[in-house]
Formats: sequence, C-alpha cells, structure tokens
Amino acid sequence: MYKVVIGLEVHCEMKTNSKNFSSAKNTYSEYPNEFVDTTDLGLPGILPVANKYAFENSIKMALALNCKVPDVVMFDRKNYYYPDLPKGYQITQDTKPVGRDGYVMINVNGEDIKIGIDNIHLEEDTASMDHFSTYSLIDYNRAGVPLLETVTTPCMHSVEEALTFLETLKGIFLYTGVSEARVDRGQMRCDVNVNLQNEEGKYITPKVEMKNINSFNNVKMAIESEVKRQIDCLENGRSNELIQETRHFDEESMTTKSARAKADAVDYKYYIEPNIPPIKIEDSWVEEIKKSIPMLQFDRVVKYMSNYELSRYDSEIIVKDKNVSDYFEETIKLGVNPKSSANWITTMILGYLNKNDLKITDISFKPNDLVELINMVDHGEISSKQSKQVFEKCLTDNKSPKKIVKELGMTQITDDKTIRDIVVKLLDEYPNLIEDHRKGKNTFDYFVGQVMKQTKGQANPVITKNIINEEMEKR
Amino acid sequence: MKTILDYRSYLDEKKVTSEELFNESISKAHMYQEKYNSFVTILDEYNHKESDSLINGIPYSLKDNFSTKGILTTASSNILKDYVPVYSATAYKKLQDAGGILVGKTVLDELAMGGTSTTGATGSVKNPWDQNRLIGGSSGGSCAAVALGIVPFALGSDTGDSIRKPASFGGVVGFKPTYGRISRYGLFAFASSLDHVGCFTRCVKDAAIVTDILKGHDERDMTSLPDENINYTDMLDNDIKGKKLFYIKEITDPELYKDAGAITLEVLDKFKEAIEKCKKIGFIVEEVSIDEKLLKAIYPAYMTISCAEATSNNSNLTGIPFGPRGEGNNINEIMFDARTKGFSEFIKRRFILGSYILLKENQERLFKNAQRLRHMIVDKINSLFDIYDGMILPAGGGIAPTFDEEIDRLSDRYLILENHLAIGNFGGYPSITIPSGFVKDMPIAINITGPQFKDGEVLNIANKIEEELGYKGLIKEEYDV
Repeated sequence: MYKVVIGLEVHCEMKTNSKNFSSAKNTYSEYPNEFVDTTDLGLPGILPVANKYAFENSIKMALALNCKVPDVVMFDRKNYYYPDLPKGYQITQDTKPVGRDGYVMINVNGEDIKIGIDNIHLEEDTASMDHFSTYSLIDYNRAGVPLLETVTTPCMHSVEEALTFLETLKGIFLYTGVSEARVDRGQMRCDVNVNLQNEEGKYITPKVEMKNINSFNNVKMAIESEVKRQIDCLENGRSNELIQETRHFDEESMTTKSARAKADAVDYKYYIEPNIPPIKIEDSWVEEIKKSIPMLQFDRVVKYMSNYELSRYDSEIIVKDKNVSDYFEETIKLGVNPKSSANWITTMILGYLNKNDLKITDISFKPNDLVELINMVDHGEISSKQSKQVFEKCLTDNKSPKKIVKELGMTQITDDKTIRDIVVKLLDEYPNLIEDHRKGKNTFDYFVGQVMKQTKGQANPVITKNIINEEMEKR
Repeated sequence: MKTILDYRSYLDEKKVTSEELFNESISKAHMYQEKYNSFVTILDEYNHKESDSLINGIPYSLKDNFSTKGILTTASSNILKDYVPVYSATAYKKLQDAGGILVGKTVLDELAMGGTSTTGATGSVKNPWDQNRLIGGSSGGSCAAVALGIVPFALGSDTGDSIRKPASFGGVVGFKPTYGRISRYGLFAFASSLDHVGCFTRCVKDAAIVTDILKGHDERDMTSLPDENINYTDMLDNDIKGKKLFYIKEITDPELYKDAGAITLEVLDKFKEAIEKCKKIGFIVEEVSIDEKLLKAIYPAYMTISCAEATSNNSNLTGIPFGPRGEGNNINEIMFDARTKGFSEFIKRRFILGSYILLKENQERLFKNAQRLRHMIVDKINSLFDIYDGMILPAGGGIAPTFDEEIDRLSDRYLILENHLAIGNFGGYPSITIPSGFVKDMPIAINITGPQFKDGEVLNIANKIEEELGYKGLIKEEYDV
C-alpha cells in the first residue's frame, strides 16, 4: 500500500484598489496594458511603495490561518529573468513573511482534519503573456497585483483532502474579503507537490512539483495522473524515472511531463529588498485586525450543528456564502426557530436565488421578512401552503409578508366565536347529516368544506375541525 | 568665481536675466565640451518656472542618471542610449519647481559604477585643472561642469564616494546628506542601500541652499526621512567653539606611508596643517585609533554589497519593455544579446561578481559577511560619534591621477586612504568634501562626516573650516579650450 503525500502552494490575487507597490489600478480588464504605471514597467529609477491595505489584509489572512505574525515583516527580492517580470526581480517575502506555522481545519466526510500552513507571504504578480508561433504578447495589467501565497506543509493524503482544503481556503478568502478568489479569472492558482510514502511513513518517491495549475478540477487531475505515474514507475521497474523535478500538467492529455530537473533548478538569489524598510507590527494593530475577522465557515458549521441542531448538510449549504450565513444568523437573532429558518433558506430562498441567478443581497426579502412569514405560519395566521404563495408574491412585489397577506385577504380566521357561529348555524340547517354521521357515514368533511366555503378558505382548519367535533357531540 | 548667491544678486539687481544666464551656460558648455566632455546632452531650450526660491532663474546640471521626463537619460550606457523617460525624478522636479534652469545632463561612469568617469559610453571626462588627468567619478561630468564655471551647482549621486571623490579632484564642494534626506525616486539605482543624491557647488553655503530645496519626505520613496523644519542655511554661522572632531590614525599617520611618493606625504602634511587651522578657530581635534583590519575591510565590503545590489537593480535592462531590442531565437537569447551589446566589459564584470556573490551557496560567506562588516564599521563610527561631532580626514591620498596612471585601489598601501569615504555610505552619514589647498598645482580636499541626521551641523562645521582655509570658489585662471 502507498500513502500519497500532497503539499500545496496557493497563489491568490488580492482585492485592492491599487497594485501592491504602485498606484496603478488593480482591476480586471478586457483590454491589455490599460492599468500600468512606471513602477509596473520597471523603468529605471522607480521605487516600490508598499500598499498599506494589501499589507493589512495579508496580516488578516495570516491570522485567519492561525499563523504566527512576526514583530517585524520584511520584503525580499526574488531575482530571475523573464519578460513577464519587468524589474528582473519579484518583491516577495522570504526572511520574515507575514505568517508562519499556522493551520486550517477542514472536514472531509464528517472527519475534522488539521492542515498545516508552513507560511503565508505577500508578493506581486507577474505580467501575463500570450505566446504565438513567431511572437509573444505581454499584458502588464497583472504586473504588480498583490498576491498572497499560502504554502501548506506536505500533510494531505488524498485528492479529496486537497480539494476540500482549496475550497476551505477559498471560503476564508471570501469571508475575510481579502480576495474575490475567482478561479475562472485566474485569481487563484496552485503549485502542487506530490510524492509517495510506504506504510511506515517513509518516502519512497522523490517530490514532484507541478506548477501553475489553474483550476480545482485540474488539481484533481494532476494529482491523480501523477500518483498513477509514480506507482507505475515503482511497480514496473522504472524507478530511475523517479527524480525530484518540476513537471508540467498537460490539460489535453491529462498527464504530467517533465519540465525541469532539480539539478537545473533556478537559484533565485533572494536578498532583503533595500527600498522597503522593515515594517513593525504592533500588538495593538494585530488585535485590531483580528477583530475584523468574522467567524469562518468551519466554526459556523460546528456552531450550527451543536447549537441549532442542523444537519451537516444544511449547515454546509448555509455557510457556503457568507451573506447567506449572515442572513441566517440575523433571523435567529430576531428570535425565530433555527430549524424553520434553515429550512426556508435552503429550500425556498436558495431555490429562488438559483432559479433567477441572484445573490441573497439582491433581494428585498430581508431576514425580518422571513421571520415575519415564519411567525405567521407558526401562529396559524396562514397555512404553510399559503406561506409559499406569500413568499413568491413578496419577491415579485417587493412587499412585506404582512402586506401581501392583507392584500390577498389571506388572514386566517382563528377567532372561536366567529367559527362557532357558522358551525352552529350549519348544524341547525342539516340535522339529517348529523344523523348520518352517527350512523357511520362521513359527513364531517362536508361541514368542514361548508365552513371553508363560507369563510373563503380563511377559517383555520384545525380550529374549525375541533369546533365541529365539539358541536356535533353536544347534539 | 560665482556662487548661487552671486547669481541671485545679479538677477535681483536686474543686471542679467535668467535667460541670459542660461544662454551663457550653454555656450560655455558647448565651448568646453570637446575638451572636457562633461555633458551627454546640452539642452537648447530655456525652460523656467518662476518661484521665489534662492535658485530661481539660476542654471544647473544633472548627472545623466536622474530621470527627466522628455529628456534623453542614458546613464552613460549604450543599453539606454536612446532612452527618453516618461517621468521625472523627485529631485529634478524640486529644482524645476524652485525655478532652477536645467542646462544639461552630465557624463558619468557607465550606470554610475566606477570612480574615474572614463567608462561612460560617450567617453572620458577630463579634469579642468589638467586635461591629462581624470576628474574621478562616477559623477565626473557634474563635477567638471561646476569646476569649469558652466553652472554654479550640479546634482550627482554618491554610492561609495561618487560625489565627494571627484569634488576633491576638481576643487569644488561635494556634499551628500543623510541617507533618505533627499528622495531617490527617479535616480537610476546602482546599490539602493548605499545610493545618495547630493550636489556639487562652489561653496558650503551653496550646498546648504541646494540641500534645503531638495530635502524632505517623498511618498514615492519609503526610505525618505520625515520632514523636519530646519533650514540648514540658517545654521551655517552657528558657533563651533568646543565642537569635537576626530581623525583616524590608521589613515593619516605619515609613518604608515614611508615608501609612498612625495605627493601622498604632501597631502598628509597639508591635512595636518588644516587640522591646526581647525584648532585655531576653536575646534577640539583628536586622533583616534581604529583596528586597521576593520578599515581594510571597507573596500571589499563596499564592492561586495554594491556589486550584488547592482546586479539585481539593473536586471530591468533587458531590452524588453524599453531599450534596444536584442536578437535571437528565443526570449533568453534576445535578452542575452541586448545585455551583451548594451554593457561594457567593466559592467559585465561587476554583474558577474554580483551574481556570484548572491548565489545561495555564496551568500553567507560573501554577501552576508560583507553586511556584517558594514555593521561593524558603522557601529564603531557611531560609538565615536557619541563623543565627537564629526570626523575629519583627507578626501584621498593624492591628486587626480593621469589617464595613463595605473589606479590600483586594492594595493595595500592606499587601500584605506583611497577608499574610506564609503564609510559615509555604510552609515548613511552626511558627508562633505571641501577644497583644502593644492599639491603640484592640483586641488586637494578634506572630508567632514558627521552623525546621521546631523546635516545642518556638518554643513556648519564645513562652513567654518572653509572660511578659515580660504579655498572657497576656486577657479583656474585660464581653461584650455
């Protein structure tokens, strides 16, 4: 038996107004080279100015990943030549990154697993390039965009763990607002390290790195194909092919191909960036940032399951989007039964949002509206069947449930005397039917139907049935 | 010889217009260009923005490694021979805003690396005092432009001694303030942790005037110092009685130079005379001893750090986003070709050294050890600055060398004497070189260096010594044209 060992390096573009070291805009653009300034082009004489917001958010992320934040953060230069790197070096963090030795809890099939974070560091993205047969084009829009790199320890042992970690990490980026984490726009990219251990936990294949994988599905494919290849080499006497190297994952063939052996590894000649003085991190600053981190998905699921007795399934659906989760919590604050609220959100609300391709923040139906609606059902003011109709009308008309119920004249009659008067009158009219009832013929439903008819369906069915029973027995 | 304040009074008294001054400057620049080669570019357009500063309407020049929007900036390197910047350096902007009139961009050692001003792509700069001698570098063109009287002041950059050494060979004042006092934004980087912007002038007062204009925090330079509301020009005449200066025995003791030529001995002799004059006007001057080994480490530590940083800083010169595009079958070949053609052998040698120094396996032994030495030297000098207000030393061990003289800066005899000015860069200290006399009809100079942030105090000390020595506004009677 082999044990797969996976480590991930995840690059995520941060959501900021300007780039990490220049004042050019950090935004997605259809047009190349629209948001570029002198610093992004590496023109002679330029100097980096660190983006305070990006820096603060990098600490926020480090704290969210339970990392140790050093007293002083320093930037370093990573030196190499490539046209996508106009300065000839990337400003990154090597000596004292914003975070080290953290962890993230994930849940795979009901089991809690701790994923070690080796470090998280703030750096800048490169330009993007398009290669054609006889030329290449460079787009500097991306050059200098703040990038957070999260490096895990080699601690994952299955594709499922790796993918759950990525989803969890993405969730943390979204919950903290540090990144939009749009994988489809290349905002989240992955380097994947894979090798194998034997049953005693000894490494039996060298580490293979696959760089720049641009979707979660490709991460899955890359791991699967590389594990298969390593096992195949081991078992078929081709261990000589197993060397520490960088391999390229080819999307078309779904296989990995050798790109660079370790012996040819680039020496990046890291050294401390002289143009950015070390940045002191005061405890009070850390505390302030900590306060701005909301409760994250993993903890919310735990809370929903233990405090509100929701199922893991429902909890996970609710926490998927922070706004939905916040919506849910808001309804609970307003005193509604958590289970009813969860039911409404996971079925009716999310169903409606999906169908209409909307976000929960787009609709006028706010937590207090949901609470109002649930309470009306619970108090028997409307039936649960009616409530669904009311919900839809609320959304189309942008009105509160109470207003809709009133407009539709839907309010139930729950008043004992009103219903009893109708029942007594009915029974007086049809004494023969009471007789039939006593003989075993079902005329009960006829009376219920008559009450509903006379009240236009507004009589509360439970109360009506009770009163008919009582009055029949009196006779 | 005219100083900034002389020009100021001519302008204020309407004896001359600033446009006339500009025209006079550029005609002098053209007249001397063939012989002395101070300029890469001499402007032909008068461009003046009125202000009420002391330099309003007064011509100046810039070393050709300051980014000047719309004006060719080559750093005296072929790889930038057609480079016209799209933005302006902060120092340049400040001078323009203060009403300064840019006359031209001056020659330097290629990419500011070197101490001779003989390695620039447009040729060597010659010393106005003797055309057979070099002016020193790397800011040689700016130094010569001031020494020749083309402009009353010029900007340079100083990474090891690139302002203060040529100033000593050219008989002018060369000042670099505390690291961060003047923004480096737009100065082409050589070694960022050592690079300083500074100026050449004809007297200490002018250096204070120019520095008062240039200093201040720049949000584009994170290493620039916060503003302080001090006017250095106002401090120049402060009383210096009882101020304490030191000189280093291991640099200045004639006993150490017994086999040296007559010139060195005469330089040291004149230095001792200057010390006596300092004492006469009220300074307390003492000799201190520093471990020679530490002093001998200055030059190798400087070379190690500066080459390493230079390699990285100049990695942007690939001919891809700007500069002449190389040829080749793939991107590596294209960049390789651009850099092979664009740099002189001398520069390539420094880049190879720098690259070697930064290799992972060498960093600890070379780069980090050099940084440790730098810190040890700075710690030592700082401890002396706890006691003394400044350090006074001869700027070098001789006069400007001739072009055919072999300059071996590593020869044991002159290792310390010729290279100690880098202490000022290691510690980011304010440091000024002022003329102190002549040897063989060539100017010599002393250097005064003070504690970090004490720019005004250093200028004050230098101003008082300048008054006593009497070599302010030196001029050679007749320049050869």
